[in-house]
Amino acid sequence: MEYAVNIDDLTVAYKFKPVLWDIDLDIPEGIMMAIVGPNGAGKSTLIKAILNIIKPIAGTILIFGEPYQKNRHLVAYVPQKGSVDWDFPTTALDVVLMGTYGRLGWIKRPGSKEKKAALEALEKVGMLEFRKRQISQLSGGQQQRIFLARALVQNAKLYFMDEPFQGVDATTEKAIINILKELRSSGKTVVVVHHDLQTVPEYFDWVTFLNVKKVATGPVKDIFNDDNLIKTYGIGYQISIKK
Amino acid sequence: MFEYLNLLLTDFTIQTITLGTAIIGLTCGILGSFAVLRKQSLLGDAIAHSALPGIAIAFILTGVKDTLLFIIGASLSGIIGAIWINSITKNTRLKSDSALGIILSVFFGFGIVLLTIIQRKPNANQAGLERFLFGQAATLVPSDVIVIGIIGILSLILIIIFWKEFKILTFDPQFAKTLGYNIHLLDLLLTSFIVVAIVLGLQAVGVVLMSALLLAPAAAARQWSNKLGTMIIISAIFGALSGIIGTAISSTNLRLSTGPIIVLIAVTLVLLSFVFSPSRGLLSRQLRYIKNRKSMRLNKTLQQMLEIVDSHEDFSHPHSIKLLNDLQGFRKKCLKELENLGLIKIQLNNWSLTEEGYKKAKSI
Repeated sequence: MEYAVNIDDLTVAYKFKPVLWDIDLDIPEGIMMAIVGPNGAGKSTLIKAILNIIKPIAGTILIFGEPYQKNRHLVAYVPQKGSVDWDFPTTALDVVLMGTYGRLGWIKRPGSKEKKAALEALEKVGMLEFRKRQISQLSGGQQQRIFLARALVQNAKLYFMDEPFQGVDATTEKAIINILKELRSSGKTVVVVHHDLQTVPEYFDWVTFLNVKKVATGPVKDIFNDDNLIKTYGIGYQISIKK
Repeated sequence: MFEYLNLLLTDFTIQTITLGTAIIGLTCGILGSFAVLRKQSLLGDAIAHSALPGIAIAFILTGVKDTLLFIIGASLSGIIGAIWINSITKNTRLKSDSALGIILSVFFGFGIVLLTIIQRKPNANQAGLERFLFGQAATLVPSDVIVIGIIGILSLILIIIFWKEFKILTFDPQFAKTLGYNIHLLDLLLTSFIVVAIVLGLQAVGVVLMSALLLAPAAAARQWSNKLGTMIIISAIFGALSGIIGTAISSTNLRLSTGPIIVLIAVTLVLLSFVFSPSRGLLSRQLRYIKNRKSMRLNKTLQQMLEIVDSHEDFSHPHSIKLLNDLQGFRKKCLKELENLGLIKIQLNNWSLTEEGYKKAKSI
């Protein structure tokens, strides 16, 4: 099996408190994986460590067999919607164009080719008519779509999303999941920090249970069970899951 | 006003000071936009205060009063202040506001002590360093303006070259990092130039009020544009205007000191912008609110009329106004407005819907 990500002995700490402890995790290529776990389990931290935003205190992370710096152009990222100030003076199109900055490198400005790609991505997420809209005048779901479009123009092989369904309505959630499934069927790997346990079997084919340590990882049909849920969340969680 | 224009055309000193304060305002307007958008408003204030010991030490070490020397000294201690604030926030449990407060007062206090020591020295050259406290634009000489101008142009070039990088650094630094940008380097570059912009203005505006000139033009400009580029251009214009108008007012009447006047002009621009901005202003918001309420009231009345009318076969059949009186939300003014819009006809004490009014009521 080819792997998109190989993580060995990863440990991350903020100040003195360990957030991720000795994680070994291999993410096969071409899957759609949910990372689930309670608040403070280190889900976002795991993604940020893979994306080189946070420096781990130990461990190695390989992206398609190479360090992040070498293969970063193969990776796209959708941060949590709340991580930026949406009152920033710019338009939807301009935010999506930021997805092309990685390809462009220093100083070079986006040209007509980049603009075309950005418009296509906006169309894909159903936001073309809002391209000139100031970003603060978009709804939460629309802002999330803009972030997704920005990741789409990165034209990557591996996508990381940090709670893309947080605060969006059912229509947007469906639209986003359809795009993610489309990505997977074209051979891309999609990793999503996810909160809604109910939808895990419906949306994903692979799941990782995380609570500071890795509890389990594997195909949803094999490991998404009460046993792992209790190990991750504690007693009482298994009842709420319909299987 | 006329007196000032006359001076501006004839008096070389006034020309120099005006040019100097205009460039200072312009540079602050440009770099201040980034400071405001990055929520570093208070950092500007701390840096301005931190610059004071740098100026004093530069003088103690060399014994000369040279603008470029002061700029270097002030920038160094400003940057040290900024770095310390950063490391306090990172390495202790203190939040950034406490870190800012500590560094601001420690550096400022140290600066004041140094100034006192300098004043005690038996050196004829020592006078005049207090001008950095509240600023004294009148002390700007052509060589100062040349230094200010060159640094101003440099920062403008820098912003143009790294436009895309500074934009993404300001909007979404973590995403920028995943794209492979060295955000620490970018941050250091941008912060350094913000420090330099602050330091440039110290001689004219002073340590105490400098942050206002950095922040006010940008805060005002944000009200007028939703595009970063436009916002920065407007901010630069506001900054330059504050410098020019402030110098004008202080040079003509009453011999008011320039720095505070410049700051007051900048803050006036902020107030005007908060009130009169078409999209974000308080006035337009209030007007929109009133307009909305009015149209809702009209619609409500029309709907009530429709309910009455629908019980008859002919919609143009007149009904008594009294009939409406029993319903809530009806006002005489409202009927007048509906009549003016051609939606109803009023004859004596009766009203009737026109064809247009009927259609409108149906469509609500």
